[in-house]
Amino acid sequence: MTGILIEENTEPLKKVTVDSVTLDIIENALKNARFEMDAVLFRTAMSPGIREQHDEFPLIANRDGKMVVGQFGSFIHGFMSLYDGTIEEGDIFLTTDPYSCNGAISHANDWLVLVPIYKDHRHIAWSAMFGHMTDIGGKVPGSLPTDARQIYEEGIVVPPIKIYKKGELQEDILKLILHNCRLPHWNHSDFNAIVAACRTAAKRCAELSQRFGDDIFYSAMDELLARNKKAMAHLILNAVPTEKRYFEDYICDDGMGMGPYKLACTMWRENDKVIFDFSATDPQSIGSINFYLNEEMFKMFCGVFMIMVFDPQIMFNDGFYDLMEVRIPDGSLLKPKHPAALSCRTHALGRVFDIISGLLGQGTPDLMCAAGFSDSPHFMYSGYDKKGDWYQLYQIGFGGIPGRPFGDGPDGHSLWPSFTNVPNEFLESYFPLRIEIYETITNSGGAGYHRGGNGVRVGYRFLEPGEISVHDDRWLTYPWGVNGGNPGARSKKILVKSDGSEQLVPSKCDRVKVMNGDLLLFETWGGGGWGDPLTREVERVGSDVKKGLVSVSGALNYGVITDSHGVVSIKKTEELRKEMNVARGEIELFDKGGSIEELKARCLAETGFNPPIAPSFAPH
Amino acid sequence: MKNSYRLGVDVGGTFTDVLLLNEQNGEMSTAKVPSTPHDSSIGVLNGIARVCEESKVDLSAITHVMHGTTVATNTVLTGTGARVGLVTTKGYRQVLQIARSFVPGGLGGWVIYQKSEPMAPLELTIEADERVSAKGEIVSVLDESSLRESLKNLAKEKIEALTVCLINSFTNKIHEQKVRDIALEIMPEVPVSISSEVIPELQEYERAVTTVTNSYVRPKVETYINNLESELLEKMKEVKLSILRSDGGLASAQSAAKYPVNMLMSGPAGGVAGAIWVAGNAGFKNLLTLDIGGTSTDVALVQNGHAQLRRETTVGDVTVRASSVDVRTVGAGGGSIAHVPAVTKALRVGPQSAGAEPGPAAYGNGGLEPTVTDANIVLGYIPSRARLGGDMAIDVDAAERAVGRIASDLGLSVEAAAEGIYNIVNENMFGALRLVSVEQGHDSREFALIAFGGAGPLHANALGKLMGSWPVIIPPGPGVLCAYGDATTRLRNEASRTFIRKFSATSNEELRLELEKLATLALSALVEEKATSEGSEITYQLDLRYQGQGLSLTVDVTLAEGEDVLTAIGTQFDLMHEQLFTFSLPAEKEIVNLRSIALGKEARVEVPSVTIDPDFVNRSEGNQKMFAEGQWWDASIYDRSKIGRGTAINGPAIVTEMDSTTMILPEHVGRIDSFGNILITPITQD
Repeated sequence: MTGILIEENTEPLKKVTVDSVTLDIIENALKNARFEMDAVLFRTAMSPGIREQHDEFPLIANRDGKMVVGQFGSFIHGFMSLYDGTIEEGDIFLTTDPYSCNGAISHANDWLVLVPIYKDHRHIAWSAMFGHMTDIGGKVPGSLPTDARQIYEEGIVVPPIKIYKKGELQEDILKLILHNCRLPHWNHSDFNAIVAACRTAAKRCAELSQRFGDDIFYSAMDELLARNKKAMAHLILNAVPTEKRYFEDYICDDGMGMGPYKLACTMWRENDKVIFDFSATDPQSIGSINFYLNEEMFKMFCGVFMIMVFDPQIMFNDGFYDLMEVRIPDGSLLKPKHPAALSCRTHALGRVFDIISGLLGQGTPDLMCAAGFSDSPHFMYSGYDKKGDWYQLYQIGFGGIPGRPFGDGPDGHSLWPSFTNVPNEFLESYFPLRIEIYETITNSGGAGYHRGGNGVRVGYRFLEPGEISVHDDRWLTYPWGVNGGNPGARSKKILVKSDGSEQLVPSKCDRVKVMNGDLLLFETWGGGGWGDPLTREVERVGSDVKKGLVSVSGALNYGVITDSHGVVSIKKTEELRKEMNVARGEIELFDKGGSIEELKARCLAETGFNPPIAPSFAPH
Repeated sequence: MKNSYRLGVDVGGTFTDVLLLNEQNGEMSTAKVPSTPHDSSIGVLNGIARVCEESKVDLSAITHVMHGTTVATNTVLTGTGARVGLVTTKGYRQVLQIARSFVPGGLGGWVIYQKSEPMAPLELTIEADERVSAKGEIVSVLDESSLRESLKNLAKEKIEALTVCLINSFTNKIHEQKVRDIALEIMPEVPVSISSEVIPELQEYERAVTTVTNSYVRPKVETYINNLESELLEKMKEVKLSILRSDGGLASAQSAAKYPVNMLMSGPAGGVAGAIWVAGNAGFKNLLTLDIGGTSTDVALVQNGHAQLRRETTVGDVTVRASSVDVRTVGAGGGSIAHVPAVTKALRVGPQSAGAEPGPAAYGNGGLEPTVTDANIVLGYIPSRARLGGDMAIDVDAAERAVGRIASDLGLSVEAAAEGIYNIVNENMFGALRLVSVEQGHDSREFALIAFGGAGPLHANALGKLMGSWPVIIPPGPGVLCAYGDATTRLRNEASRTFIRKFSATSNEELRLELEKLATLALSALVEEKATSEGSEITYQLDLRYQGQGLSLTVDVTLAEGEDVLTAIGTQFDLMHEQLFTFSLPAEKEIVNLRSIALGKEARVEVPSVTIDPDFVNRSEGNQKMFAEGQWWDASIYDRSKIGRGTAINGPAIVTEMDSTTMILPEHVGRIDSFGNILITPITQD
């Protein structure tokens, strides 16, 4: 750490033994405090992105900045390693610059607030939280410009600063920042809400420390980290082999005509340590799809995933970080050099989860999920209404959860924790639009023994002229299936003009003009299928047909012959399944729907767009 | 003057408790009979017969029967509700399938999420071709002929209840009403619930779930209530049956049968209402209630004699928009199982429960796993001679063996492991108590803690200590508390509507007018329920937020003549926001919902006073070794039926009674007040 910590009370905290019951009690109380942070934020934030969709991540960390409870890994380490000022009681830090905190946040829309927690004038812990701001200024509404080449085009960037100095709000600074945003009252309120949430956690930590004693509280946090490390060491030994495993996946394009971009990782174990090597990943893009991936963050993603798949009882925290080493080459798509644009990193962020799944799953295919965490589609709509007031909507879309060892993927659900849709009646009350269609897309989930979830189709009817932006992916590459499961359907957007003509909207675009009466059909991806669809119980296929989640022709992917009521013709089905089983040959572990070359060759015919050209990379 | 009686009935899992109350002199008698789960009305009638027989009261003298029922809750929990059809607006057939896209759990939670099927299956959901705008204008008129076709097909599917939930119906219900009319033509025998009547508020998913839940439980609840009512009427010609709602108010039997979604928390609400009444008589108006049962613990906060309410009700994994007493439940109770995962070596208690079968190890029904009850036995809090509600003997050795298994995993002595289990389960309950108090901006030290349920009095002293909430109140017969609640609450009816207005876009006059309209509506329903409006009371509420916020806070409003209502509630809202969230905003405020609540006549029941014998001395029934705070103590055992009012019992002590055991810690004293409550405080505060 290079930040200089100042404490009035310099008596060092002591390491003491904590009995296991006290430890469990403190663990429980910290978990409660972390959920209380969410509750405070949701109730007081204003932007629908945070308060309805829950695009935010809280944590509580020990004195050294290691996350003890939370879910997105420590932001504090990255911040502390680059911050060179003092840290004093009553200070609250704000930063929005990925380059100044080693990627602890990965684009400038995420505002990160850090609170050093003091008790009796002695530093005992940290609380921190970041939330996605609907707008931070820059060249396009929503501040996620597809064609940005440098971070300077993406809105205001705040280096690590004290927004509260010894308890006092630096009003001029806040005013300066807010002045650069299109919806300053939302930013202001969301900022207040994040600070209130962090302060709540600080209060709870001080209470706990008071109840059990400072030394016990301090030691318990270390003990909880050690407990997690022990559990994870066990998992890693069992789940990761010493021989190398490789997996690659792609971002379809950069919104400027180039693509696909390759993300690739090799994984192996050396003694008790697992190594992730991203050296085969493509260089950074000249556009804004770069994802500044913090190594610690990747460890957390990976750890969380392993825990969920192998042993959900384990409480995850930063304790196991020594057991992983992550190598990401400088200048790559996952570690771009300043001042590369970063705003549209959401695609690569999602894809990293599919890569983790693909890597870990190769050794334990029965426990592997199909691809689905492919994306987090964004939709924006803005303009001036009849009264001349500015309206600006930012929404995150959802799609098909992949087929999983535990069952079908839910249809039209979120892969992000506790994210929800914005109620359509709310949208219609506050924005000039009507949601005329809100449904999942029949057959879009990949067929499998466990079906991938269907993607979502939302039909937005615009009631005012305005402009829209779309940020999505998986329009060219498929959400892959595993263990014989088929890939899920790809994403698609169609603008139906009020005269009835149709216009394809690309997966990534800004400032597309829409008129009163136009209808946008926004279709997200379906989850990949899991396991052999020819073995799925016919009753389950019949039930899906009856519900309209799979059509009569879609049932053929399962080798099932049925009528529109889901009544299955058993004999014909048996024959068809036999036939298909012979025809398909050996089942491969992954079904990606074809090689990149094949996908590109079929691109125009299947998607209506010309294939992207192979990327040329920015000199750096 | 002829005596008249009111009667409270609470149906629990094991016992049905009945309380008979003389309306003239406040005399009470109680009876406890076994519950009859296959048809709980039998148990109810048995209980009524028993109490009347024992107190020599003629059945016809009973004018009111008040009943807390768990029929609706159990229907949801056991998944045994009706086959529900759903009508949505075109384009929204999958509103329940998508379920706001929410996946519980943290990052990666989707990997293991098992989503339950919607209560209205997708194959029984049809669309109506119609559209209303957010402002209530009709954008496209309902296509009646295509709807008839779809409804006819749905009728062939043998649905047992129908829900109608159309987009923006909270602003204009005409299409929902039309759909209902057509449905009743096509399937007259199927009850129809429409969302604009059940819950006329914004948010399509929540409105749909709430209305579907209403349909789901309606046939069962309706049958139950109608049967009970007709059987009661057979024996008591003039009797009026009321059902306790989740919000702690009473509803007429007929209104309860029509809107059973409001009864989901009827059981727990009875406990809270009883606690309010009992503690109120003893002079305590600010309370934390603690109800510890076999598998779960319910807690709630009562301020100035009123239970905190919340605008949603959760049962199992179903959350609906219906007012209920803000009861928070944790999956921790006497039957919760303690275990030590191999990898982390952490001591965990619950959420698995040994339930009634096999039950705790000490009950000798084949249970081997250590439960919270076993820990209590090892610690000496439940003396071996005490009987557990029935004829079950306690096998102390079995409890020690069970706890011993995890003690060796933890490297602790058996008693230390038992105390670990006790402390951890207390911690879980402590978390729930904090959630309703400290985390809502209330100082727990300003509240008394009242404990009931079978295991409440075992943990109450320890929790009082954690919360700093004194005294800890142990009412007499903690099991019958719910029946007290049922017998002593008032009729309640509320009318609400979504009314989204910025403060600057409305006026005091408009607000007053709208609230008064709602009040008339709420009151007329009370009168319909044959209650007179005499002695009734109207209160008003607004749901408010800073414009742009998502969730609102509920503010109580008074409509004093000539007052600037908006300014007054604005100030009140700012204060509340600051208390809850540490800050208020200079932003404009916005009204979301208006609500008027009509309350029926208050039950005025005199509490009989008891003369205290100043010379009475309690006699201990014997001694018991008891482990607390890391050491063994010698505790005295007392029989509650023999202790004198006005006396004091010094801890460490154990007080036993038929259906529960009270543990008093060292350095604490339990005073018996003139109502028979045990009031526990630390000696230092005495």
